[in-house]
Amino acid sequence: MPIANSLRTIGRRSVNAVWRTGYASRFFVMTLFYSGTSFKRFRLIVKEMFSSGVMSLIIILVAGMFVGMVLGLQGYETLKRYGSESALGSLVALSLVRELGPVLAALLFASRAGSAMTAEIGLMKATEQIAAMEMMAVNPIARVVAPRFWAGVISMPLLAAMFSAMGVFGGYVVGVVVIGVDEGSFWSQMQASVDFQHDVLNGVIKSFVFGLAVTAIALFEGYDAPPTAEGVSGATTRTVVQSSLAILMLDFILTAFMFQGA
Amino acid sequence: MERTTLDLWVGAFVVAGLAALVVLALKVGNLSTYNVSESYELQAHFTNVGGLKPTASVRSSGVLVGRVTSIVLDTERYEAKVTMSIDKRYQFPKDTFANILTSGLLGEQYIGLLPGGDDAMLKNGDEFKKTQSAVVLEDLIGKFFTTSVDAK
Repeated sequence: MPIANSLRTIGRRSVNAVWRTGYASRFFVMTLFYSGTSFKRFRLIVKEMFSSGVMSLIIILVAGMFVGMVLGLQGYETLKRYGSESALGSLVALSLVRELGPVLAALLFASRAGSAMTAEIGLMKATEQIAAMEMMAVNPIARVVAPRFWAGVISMPLLAAMFSAMGVFGGYVVGVVVIGVDEGSFWSQMQASVDFQHDVLNGVIKSFVFGLAVTAIALFEGYDAPPTAEGVSGATTRTVVQSSLAILMLDFILTAFMFQGA
Repeated sequence: MERTTLDLWVGAFVVAGLAALVVLALKVGNLSTYNVSESYELQAHFTNVGGLKPTASVRSSGVLVGRVTSIVLDTERYEAKVTMSIDKRYQFPKDTFANILTSGLLGEQYIGLLPGGDDAMLKNGDEFKKTQSAVVLEDLIGKFFTTSVDAK
């Protein structure tokens, strides 16, 4: 009975999906619940900030620089048609601070640090280090998961801010130094159009939300990974795919709330 | 607990991130142009404010002297009531003109103040008596068409 079989498959998959959602929610709540203990041992968070934040610096800075340079080039070509090259500064800064900075930094963070988190925790589970911790009455969520979670959440807005600042610098290099847009109008148009609360702070809020989403997905996928080589690799792939999708969807929702009617 | 090179790296990372935020706030954003000096409030009625928005600049001879704080419809006169806060350093005569102008062809709109010759100065809460509304392109085109039809 192929129809009955396929129906059974659909049913099993749906039940599994709901099951996993519930497990993921419980995992997230437990992580928040045990965060207090990990803040008492701040050392652990600092150590994880090194591996997820500091080690992502180079890719974030280089990518930000080049994105800003491309924005400078493309923006100049388009604005030139309307004779408003002087608006290049506000184009580069607004697109970076509002959208590209938080989103691209989060996408890079998901593939650079999120995948590493998943693989690390998945392998810890596969080699039964997590089970060993439980044997020694050490809570693995408080010891392994919560520090990584907060390290990611703290690092993400800082990385996004550096990405935007680097991008503005890249736009400046291409627009002002190479092409020769007037330096004064580049900065003054930028300052006239970028509002601190409306643009910069909303960008920081966005990157904070993305940081929450990416680390929560990465940690859960690692914790839930089947303890085999195949299981860990599948979980790492799912982390990158799901967190990228989550970032883009959340970005749409946040943008709709933040920038409507302004 | 002792200090390690790891702390140095993470510390440098946090400092660099915060520095980037400060750069975004001061160099890219407009936090440095927020008016911290004392100011006083003036009002003006316009029949049409066009695309004027709160936080738009108030300029006199091209110098930034204040910002628009609120725009509401005054239902007693059915005109737009614009409140602006002006820097205390600048005083304007009672017969100052307040015009809504546009910077450039497609630029943002701002309020331009054209001082008169009165000896008495405007005080906190006073109103500009002479105002000129924003130029609405549709009205201009409409006028152009009606006058060209009349001329025939």
